[in-house]
Amino acid sequence: MSPLQLVLTALALYAATGTLSWLLRRRGRLAQLAGGVGGVIASSLGLWGAVGALVAGRTFDLRVRWSMPGSTLHLGLDPLSAFFLLPVFFGAGVATLYGVSYLAHDAGRRRIGRTWFFYFLLAAAMGAVTIARDGLVFLLAWEVMALSPLFLVMFEHERPVNRRAAWVYLVASHLGAACLFVLFLALSPDGQSLDFAAYADSAGARVAPAGLLFALAVVGFGSKAGFVPMHVWLPEAHPAAPSHASALMSGVMIKMGIYGLLRVIALLGAPAEWWGWTLVAIGASSGILGVVFALAQHDLKRLLAYHSVENIGIITLGLGLGVVGWARGETTLMVLGFAGGLLHVLNHSLFKSLLFLGAGSVLHATGTLDLEKLGGLSKRMRVTSTTFLVGAAAIVGLPPLNGFVSEYLIFMAGLAGVGAQPAGVLVPAMVGVASIGLIGGLAAACFVKAHGAVFLGTPRSESAAKAHESALGMRVAMLIFAVACAIVGLTGSLLVPFLARPIAIILGQEPGALGDSLHTAAGSLGVAEVAFAAVIVFSFVLFAIRRAIATSQPSVAAETWGCGYPETTARVQYTASSFAHPITRELASVLRTKESKVGCEAIFPEPAQFHSHTADPILDGMLAPLFAAIARLASRARVLQQGTLHLYVLYIALALVVLLMGLR
Amino acid sequence: MTLLPSLLALALALALALGSLGLVARTKARFAGRAGPPLSQRYRDIFKLLRKSSVYSTTTTAIFRASPVVSLATALVALCLVPLGQVDAVVHFHGDLFVVAGLLALGRFMTMLAALDTGSPFEGMGASREAHFGALLEPVLLLALAALARLTGATSLTGIMHALHRLDPSMTLPVIVPVVAALAVVYLVENARMPVDDPTTHLELTMIHEVMILDHSGPDLAFIEYAAALKQWLVAALLVGLLLPIVSGSAWVSVALGVAGVGVVSVALGAIESSMARLRLLHVPGLILGAGAATAVAFLLTGLVR
Repeated sequence: MSPLQLVLTALALYAATGTLSWLLRRRGRLAQLAGGVGGVIASSLGLWGAVGALVAGRTFDLRVRWSMPGSTLHLGLDPLSAFFLLPVFFGAGVATLYGVSYLAHDAGRRRIGRTWFFYFLLAAAMGAVTIARDGLVFLLAWEVMALSPLFLVMFEHERPVNRRAAWVYLVASHLGAACLFVLFLALSPDGQSLDFAAYADSAGARVAPAGLLFALAVVGFGSKAGFVPMHVWLPEAHPAAPSHASALMSGVMIKMGIYGLLRVIALLGAPAEWWGWTLVAIGASSGILGVVFALAQHDLKRLLAYHSVENIGIITLGLGLGVVGWARGETTLMVLGFAGGLLHVLNHSLFKSLLFLGAGSVLHATGTLDLEKLGGLSKRMRVTSTTFLVGAAAIVGLPPLNGFVSEYLIFMAGLAGVGAQPAGVLVPAMVGVASIGLIGGLAAACFVKAHGAVFLGTPRSESAAKAHESALGMRVAMLIFAVACAIVGLTGSLLVPFLARPIAIILGQEPGALGDSLHTAAGSLGVAEVAFAAVIVFSFVLFAIRRAIATSQPSVAAETWGCGYPETTARVQYTASSFAHPITRELASVLRTKESKVGCEAIFPEPAQFHSHTADPILDGMLAPLFAAIARLASRARVLQQGTLHLYVLYIALALVVLLMGLR
Repeated sequence: MTLLPSLLALALALALALGSLGLVARTKARFAGRAGPPLSQRYRDIFKLLRKSSVYSTTTTAIFRASPVVSLATALVALCLVPLGQVDAVVHFHGDLFVVAGLLALGRFMTMLAALDTGSPFEGMGASREAHFGALLEPVLLLALAALARLTGATSLTGIMHALHRLDPSMTLPVIVPVVAALAVVYLVENARMPVDDPTTHLELTMIHEVMILDHSGPDLAFIEYAAALKQWLVAALLVGLLLPIVSGSAWVSVALGVAGVGVVSVALGAIESSMARLRLLHVPGLILGAGAATAVAFLLTGLVR
């Protein structure tokens, strides 16, 4: 079978598996079995097809006539689509393994079939989005992809928080989709043909200027990707869904926004320089604000959701540098920027899925995700703790893991194009380098906080003290993702040259025309990998030395040093909030954390309490008032609706008069 | 053949890093009118620690035991990537400056986790401060090195140091001066030195680096101390490369000059530590942000200079 046929088979299998699980919904275990087996087979087939297409490096096309007006069922698989299919199939496949274990204790309940149905529908729709080559097909797939997570977010719809999350998600998603409807109609040369091939040829005949179309794409796809200030649905929706679904949504679905943006940029061709500046600005602000908001969170899944905003920022930063380079004809800046952004798409899908699965494992074991109620889990959950640590180090961008490789490429893009450069390249490059550093540093603070509060120290609650390691399927899924992070980190030099193929599709050029900057970067990464291997080898050697010394002087076990005070309890530990406090205090004007405290005032103080909560400042501070204002304005129009018949007849007559005057 | 001077510089760094710390202590003692400990004191301390047994808190896990080892391993490898003045680094390649920053960040990440692993309130506090200052320091270091890279057109530290001295000083100075100022701040913060952190204080509440490693003992502590000495040598070597105005024809002379330069930087550090009071913790971010502004200026100036 050709790669496209393999991918189509996989997508059909997803749909079939989902339907089968739904049909078997009254028999929980069978629904589980169907979901697990079907999901893994379909994902393996699809992954095979996507890798095949990437290696083949050419485009596979399929056109089928169907009865929709102005549209043919046009599908295609080129290296750009294939690249985005990698996280879809890998993420969905491994998360399926996890989900089977995760939902096992729900097996008696009926909603399990429904969960699998929408989970596989989401996976199939994401695949369809990446291979659609016709505006209508794309929008249909996009809508299915936008709606199916709604039902995953409402998995536990009894809780009001989850219903609110679903509502926020629905609104954000459809405000974005509205822009896409306009975009795909305006891309068409004659308002008739919606084929992507026609879009690409229509540059001269379009009704709207390319800049406006780019802006529509940024808003429409950005609301899916989670650009600040359109990120507001992420911290609501990700915590509400079951963890394997959060992993798929956060790890993979938001990347479809990035895919759509790239596809439209490729269709528009020859970008203006301000497009790149816009993307760099969005990337830097999303990256920095995302991690700053994350620092203030106490809920592990909300924290991870904000880190998705941060990583989308890093991706966009890379792509923005790429667009600036493209517009100015700086090949190295262009290639390395795009390469860093694209590779980070893949990397983020690996470590973010891993972290969400880890959070799910913690939730499963303790029943809470409140950082202030956890602690000390690494002794009881070795696999979860170790894999979460790998994910944390990877998302922070530390060597020798995968996050480092993509951030290295973006950093090198910031150094590219040396010479007498006007502000056109210098300022974006500086923003890129400084943001990568600041985001990395703040992310390190945030993940030391998260890992420390959850897994290290002593348990802060009864349930944390009684935690148990999760089931085999969950552990295996987390291990697969962790190993994948390490493999990409240590073999980046082999993978980076392949990025030339998707980049060439974006630029509409041959991969050979991109120059040798990717090979130079790959060569340097090869040396860096030797250095990382040296770190690993040295660590083991030093550890052996350490062991050898320890055998002559056996070590002693004791309590943690409490400056002479022996009666320490778990409550004296630094909490997650206090850990982040030096940074959150500095940024209080951005975060608007609400704090309330009781006690510690009189000479004989009452038992003291302190509570802080950081809601999303953009949702609560900007968007909610904005929507309220729109609602007020709209309610003024009610004056027109008096409910009396003659008034409506008058409206019709007036409308006719206006139209006739217009037609004259 | 060209590798030999680099290997010699590396060997000297490994051998003399602890001595350079002794030099700082000696300088401070002289300023205070004391004789001070002999230069060999730091070596004796390390050997004493290596012969002792370790005490491990029952709260700790494998992370606590891995952290000293990883810190030392990252410092060793990072040292191989950094040139000493005009002496090439043992290994150099495009973008090695980002790898050095990454390795230092990995060491810091593990140290902070090990601090939280103990469940001690003091160590949590130290880790929190380290995380805060580290987050602000990261962009300063990257921007400073990136500004040098843009100035010289080289993308490896070794290449930068070579190219720097081929350029006209009147052109490079406007960039070099703010970069040196920023790297000096990096030197002080990264190594937990005086206006930022007082390495000799005995009050846990006021410490940053020292309080994070309160629970480490015996050989583990020896590893940590040695890693800290290597890290201090590493940043000093970068400063020497920027400040040393002499380019010698012979690589061997360059090695000697580089080592002497690190000695001068250590003495200067001792003088700074003796003449300044510690900053209030709340004022440290201001210092780092000032360095960040300096690097941003330097980065933008590269566009005018070339």
